Amino acid sequence: MTGETRTSFEPSAPVRAAHKTVAVVPALVAIALGVFILIGTGFAQPDALHNAAHDARHAFAFPCH
Amino acid sequence: MLKRILVTALAAGLGAGVFVSLVQMMGVHPLIIEAETYEAAAPAEAAAAQSKNGESGENGANGMPSWAPGDGIERTSYTVLANMLTGFGFALLLSAALALHGRPVDWRRGLVWGLAGFAVFGLAPALGLPPEPPGVEAAPLAERQLWWLGTAAATALGLGLIAFAPRRLLKAVGAIVLILPHAVGAPELEAHGGAVPQDLVQAFWVASLAATALFWLVLGGLAGFLYPRLA
Repeated sequence: MTGETRTSFEPSAPVRAAHKTVAVVPALVAIALGVFILIGTGFAQPDALHNAAHDARHAFAFPCH
Repeated sequence: MLKRILVTALAAGLGAGVFVSLVQMMGVHPLIIEAETYEAAAPAEAAAAQSKNGESGENGANGMPSWAPGDGIERTSYTVLANMLTGFGFALLLSAALALHGRPVDWRRGLVWGLAGFAVFGLAPALGLPPEPPGVEAAPLAERQLWWLGTAAATALGLGLIAFAPRRLLKAVGAIVLILPHAVGAPELEAHGGAVPQDLVQAFWVASLAATALFWLVLGGLAGFLYPRLA
């Protein structure tokens, strides 16, 4: 965590660059987890998954049926 | 950093998922139930569509009875659960974007991120594949899923380049990437059909997009509010 230094102003460019480097791996992990979950709720084929998420799929306009 | 992303996504995603469930119960679910009465009234057409799907290797409820939640509280519960999970999934992508961007964010900027999310995962796919209630015939599922995913990815990349690329040339590339899936075109049936009346199809289109837009605004606002507080 980088919560030690409190800044109420915009961080300088090098600070932002360092922040971005720190953020890359956690962000990629979060994206992978998010895609995995969305494949399950929105796209996966097994009937039980499809039927359980059926109304949510239609409402979010995931291609269904 | 990962914990901050996960906690933001969990709280904002579950909150927006519960919120959109309430919106759907009022505006979207009644249309799904109404459309299903037409879907059930045309079993011959539905069976024909399903066997077509079966031949081309896609899913479709096959002839065998398979598990489905019972109507009423059970079905509603699974829908709310699916909405919460979907909310968490989209919130993970949004929180990851906030982390990668690295600039200060508040609920107002969060709303802008939410609008971008709606453009990527709601509006752009809907331009080619309008939200459809049950019982409307459409092109093979796998082709539509592929186009949906490709369009969301292209819209995210295109908007990202337009908003953040340092050079004009890259921004122009972003605009081209944004348009590309629509130039290619979504998979379509040659002849549109289905038993559901056209005005119900249009009402569903409006209700679904409106609910999705509200979902993304709430998700963006919540994520923008929470992310700086979890540092």
